[in-house]
Amino acid sequence: MFFRTAWLVLKKDAAIEAKSWEVLTTTLFFAVSCVLIFAFAFVKEGRAVEDAAAGILWIAIAFSGTLALGRTFERERYSETLRALLLAPAPRAALYVGKLLGMLALLGLAELLLVPLIALLFQATLFARPLLLVALLAGGTIGFCAVGTLFAAMLVRARSRDVLLPILLYPIIIPVIIAGVRGTTALLGATPDEPTAIMWIGVLGAFDVVFVTLSLWTFEPLMTE
Amino acid sequence: MKDRVDFDSVQIFDVSRHFGRRRALANVSLAARAGDIVGLLGPNGAGKSTLITMLATLATPSKGEIRYGNETASRLGPSLRTRIGLLAHELHLYPELSARQNLRFFAELYGLDARAPVDDALESAGLADRGDEAVSTFSRGMRQRLALERSLLHAPRLVLLDEPFTGLDDRAVGLISDRLRRLAAAGTIVLLATHDLDLADGLVTRVALIRDGRLLLDEPASPGLRARYRARIGAH
Amino acid sequence: MRKVFGPLAALTGLMFVASPFIVARAPFESSMGIVSKIFYFHVPSWFAMFTAIAICGGASLIHLFRNNPRADRIAEAAGEIAVVFGLMGLVTGPLWGRKAWGVWWIWDAKLTIALLLEMTFISGIMVRKYGGPGSDKLAAAVGIFGLAVTPFVYEAVNIWRTIHPLTSVVPTLPQRMAVPFWFCVTAYMLLLVVLLMLRVNLGKRQAALDELYLAYED
Repeated sequence: MFFRTAWLVLKKDAAIEAKSWEVLTTTLFFAVSCVLIFAFAFVKEGRAVEDAAAGILWIAIAFSGTLALGRTFERERYSETLRALLLAPAPRAALYVGKLLGMLALLGLAELLLVPLIALLFQATLFARPLLLVALLAGGTIGFCAVGTLFAAMLVRARSRDVLLPILLYPIIIPVIIAGVRGTTALLGATPDEPTAIMWIGVLGAFDVVFVTLSLWTFEPLMTE
Repeated sequence: MKDRVDFDSVQIFDVSRHFGRRRALANVSLAARAGDIVGLLGPNGAGKSTLITMLATLATPSKGEIRYGNETASRLGPSLRTRIGLLAHELHLYPELSARQNLRFFAELYGLDARAPVDDALESAGLADRGDEAVSTFSRGMRQRLALERSLLHAPRLVLLDEPFTGLDDRAVGLISDRLRRLAAAGTIVLLATHDLDLADGLVTRVALIRDGRLLLDEPASPGLRARYRARIGAH
Repeated sequence: MRKVFGPLAALTGLMFVASPFIVARAPFESSMGIVSKIFYFHVPSWFAMFTAIAICGGASLIHLFRNNPRADRIAEAAGEIAVVFGLMGLVTGPLWGRKAWGVWWIWDAKLTIALLLEMTFISGIMVRKYGGPGSDKLAAAVGIFGLAVTPFVYEAVNIWRTIHPLTSVVPTLPQRMAVPFWFCVTAYMLLLVVLLMLRVNLGKRQAALDELYLAYED
């Protein structure tokens, strides 16, 4: 029942998104504009400030991710369908998993666009060690989405939810940003520093395990009034 | 399915619910049995919706407890929700999806084999010919009928309805009332919250009057609800 | 308020009054002279902050799963007190740093960790204030997640930057410095307890007032 419910929620969200592609396209566009804004801030005489590429990548992920989280749960607020989901005869944490998987897919698509774009605009050798980069991105995205999905869900019925989401989320996911940026920077050097990158991937892995578990555990009491 | 949860009564023991300084419900005790159609009557803001939300396991009381049969919701676990159906004020429908898709999603969520129940539900709602149109194109009345069918898809034991007659014409009201009577006769527990005494008249078998979070009275229904209770409720 | 509050508050007050004299008599640390004495106030405020974070996280956990208003009040109080002690540390830190390193802020590991945790618990205060009804549960989530993220913040920032005096300084303090140091730590911990009792009591009074309002309507 658990995974079936998660899968049904994911399928339903995909079906709704497929009608208009609104969240996907606006998220992608926003991610690109993020990169451009930072480009103008950090590019001097046609070259990016050193190591800016890694930072810009992760900032774009964090900012566009926050927006996407807000939009996704805004959909469940309309007609209060989140309540209908909570009425399903499955453990409520299954809903969290379904939403988490949806967010991962969305941000994953955004990253598919962002990485080549940033590699291009900042002459960054992001593809030197593709597997490690993918592991870093996966670890970081899971960490961000794990906490983000929980917070966005619990804020659905709160006042000032639009601004409270970043206020609550950003301090908690700073370790993810640090690990992601430092790990990516390690891969961008003249010779990619693999041990450092692997170490940061380990930190991200630990973060993911702890926070996915914590979120699964606290989801139900947080969603009950 | 092993060990299916079921119960034939729902009991509310001295339940209170407050939000900071605002008291939503105070010491409400009520029991409903299979075959009852209990009318939770009272003006807007009386606490009816809060009580329904708690019965649906979406909220917990600040004090007191609710038992389904002899067990509380936490003891019974998630499978309790296979026996509860809720038609809330907000309707819980995805506007981007079609009527059929909405019904299918919820049917699958409840573990039902999707085809037959969905077609029957569309038929009952009178929406068989508009099944594949997006719900956003429906009128309030159409959505109401669809939401009602959605809440009954899984043949729940406890049916909770919060203002189910909003936006419906007389014919639709009549159809729904008949439906509820048939359900009650088949052993369903029906709890119906409304501020409209006329529509509840002749339908409900018990009257529970709620005002300012308190249960004023709880007695079998008899004809002429408006005349009898209008002064007590102080509305309409 | 419990009876022990009065004596505790008096003891705390006495210890704080005595502390400058005790600290003055401790020997100078080798490189920085008198400035190093800020260490006796700076480090204990971190101890107090981390303790407050732990209390907040624990109480938040209890409140979230058991719906216990007393735990909620303790979590709220501990969260605010963590912010207060954090602020003390974030003010004394740069003051020390200005003298020791020449600049107010150089992203040194420990101060950065403190800043992040400070932000987390400030966000907890904000969610209580602006989150509307049900914000006690949201704040509980912040408390729990804030506690859970502490080791990660520690780890990540430490690897990222280290210029701070090493942690291992404390266990190896010579006795003439250890005594004033632990004296100050005790004073700060007592202050934490006193503030916690005060704030929880305030929360209790507010809850009692709410109850009176509710009862008045009956």
